Amino acid sequence: MIARLTLRFVALGYLSALLLVPVSIIVWHTFSGGLAPVWDAITSPEAVSALKLTLEIALIAVPINTAFGILAALMLVRSNMPGKALLSALIDLPFAVSPVVIGFTLILVYGQNGWFGEWFINNGYPIIFSVPGMVLATIFVSLPFVCREVVPVLREIGTEQEQAAATLGATPFQTFRRITLPAIRWGVVYGVVLTTARAIGEYGAVAVVSGKVIGQTQTLTLRVQQSYENFDHTAAYAAALELAVIALATLFLMNLLHPRKDG
Amino acid sequence: MAISVQNVCKRFGEFVALEDVGLDVPDGSLTALLGPSGSGKSTLLRVIAGLEKADSGEVFIGDIHATPLPAHRRDVGFVFQHYAAFKHMTVAKNIAFGLEIRKRPKAEVAERVHELIKLVQLEGFGDRYPSQLSGGQRQRMALARALAVEPEVLLLDEPFGALDARVRTELRAWLRRLHDDMHVTTVFVTHDQEEAMEVADTVVVMNRGRIVQEGNPQDVYDHPADEFVMHFMGHVNVIGDAFVRPHDVEIRVEPNGTTSPAVVRRVLQLGAQVRVELTVESGETVAADLSRDEADGLPLKPGEPVFVRPRRERRFDEAETEVASA
Repeated sequence: MIARLTLRFVALGYLSALLLVPVSIIVWHTFSGGLAPVWDAITSPEAVSALKLTLEIALIAVPINTAFGILAALMLVRSNMPGKALLSALIDLPFAVSPVVIGFTLILVYGQNGWFGEWFINNGYPIIFSVPGMVLATIFVSLPFVCREVVPVLREIGTEQEQAAATLGATPFQTFRRITLPAIRWGVVYGVVLTTARAIGEYGAVAVVSGKVIGQTQTLTLRVQQSYENFDHTAAYAAALELAVIALATLFLMNLLHPRKDG
Repeated sequence: MAISVQNVCKRFGEFVALEDVGLDVPDGSLTALLGPSGSGKSTLLRVIAGLEKADSGEVFIGDIHATPLPAHRRDVGFVFQHYAAFKHMTVAKNIAFGLEIRKRPKAEVAERVHELIKLVQLEGFGDRYPSQLSGGQRQRMALARALAVEPEVLLLDEPFGALDARVRTELRAWLRRLHDDMHVTTVFVTHDQEEAMEVADTVVVMNRGRIVQEGNPQDVYDHPADEFVMHFMGHVNVIGDAFVRPHDVEIRVEPNGTTSPAVVRRVLQLGAQVRVELTVESGETVAADLSRDEADGLPLKPGEPVFVRPRRERRFDEAETEVASA
């Protein structure tokens, strides 16, 4: 009994020290000067542009990574293709490589002196120091989540339901849509939440390729850092609060979608 | 529809699951594929369904050359040992699945589902999820789901293997009745010879990827093709080079010239039957099954000397011998 209470106390204490206290301090500091300055900081054109850009990048990166993640998971678990181990290792690469390094590799490939950079720039579509590069960086760093969440679920559900669907006349696509996808949906949702969180919160890789042009290539995370460096603490706290609210909203949305008891 | 399997071979790596298997299942029959685990019986069923691709050989379902067809185009009903229930769908939705895939009108689907729920005695369970059903109910649901699309053939892979003894007995009888009503060509896999004898018209015994014997259940039991089938179809005593079924062992109090002496070791009361374990002169242990009336007339106590003789015995280097009754 005492052991269990101690364990609980330690766990909660650890979480509070690491998570609750810093988040509370953000909220506390944000509103220390009252509501009006916060409102001004959030509604300034630069802040609105940063929020828009953050959401825009997430809205492109998350669906792409979701589709890719599900496809990759299917290939890893259901197919017998050779080179599965290599694919699996490649998918984990963004976890293993530092985001800053990812940013630099993108510059090496798409930058002004990179392999394809000149071609894109000459055709009026620069990638580095503009939004496409930031999207690429975000896709790269948040690539593994959906796949890694879906793989164990796919393994667990096994192939019998899919085989049953096939004997009942369902084509492979119908089987996927009606049987496999509903069965893995919680893995997918969880993967999407993690991908979204990472896409919105990414700093390193995006910072390297963005060029940090305020009002153009400044995301919320970049704004937090830049405002803080410029001693505009209210703007920094306000942007941080927006990030926290988006994160909470995503979690809340996931809980709202949570399943009826039919497991 | 009749099923014809010709020269089918299937390997999993080094393991030979099916070796040149040929089988003809007549239209409207109920056939059991019987064998120990690893004998290839499930693989053969899955090859017929298209769930497994044979390395070589052909499968015909009716007049259709099914070998190149994927599972979803073969029109077979398949029932899995562990039900393969669609967990996120209600019982009614599970049963309706095949019909909805075929885009049948809603009213027709609803009517057919209603009929099938009645057929498999799941009235009142249509809105439940599979997790809320017992094993027997889930398997009946799976059967209804397979029957919903009126398949040409019905294939069942150890359908009662995961159920407890009482439910299993009920479902066997029920499957037999269902088949008698619907006449759909049915093949089921089992490792339980009693189940095969009780349910099937034809028993196909498999061992190590080959078919060793096929025929009606009584024939296979009475005239096993080899020692493997002899052992597999039921308990058997091996005395020297002779095989004797326990119910073919006669126990007498007095010798009669054809008997040999034996000593009672153990007496087991098995409800309707009594099993007696004896030691014969050669030191071998012999089991004898008697009816209770027969047993009551004999001094069956451990250590008692008695006399035994086989009523019928079988040797595999020669024909079956019927021992003349004394």
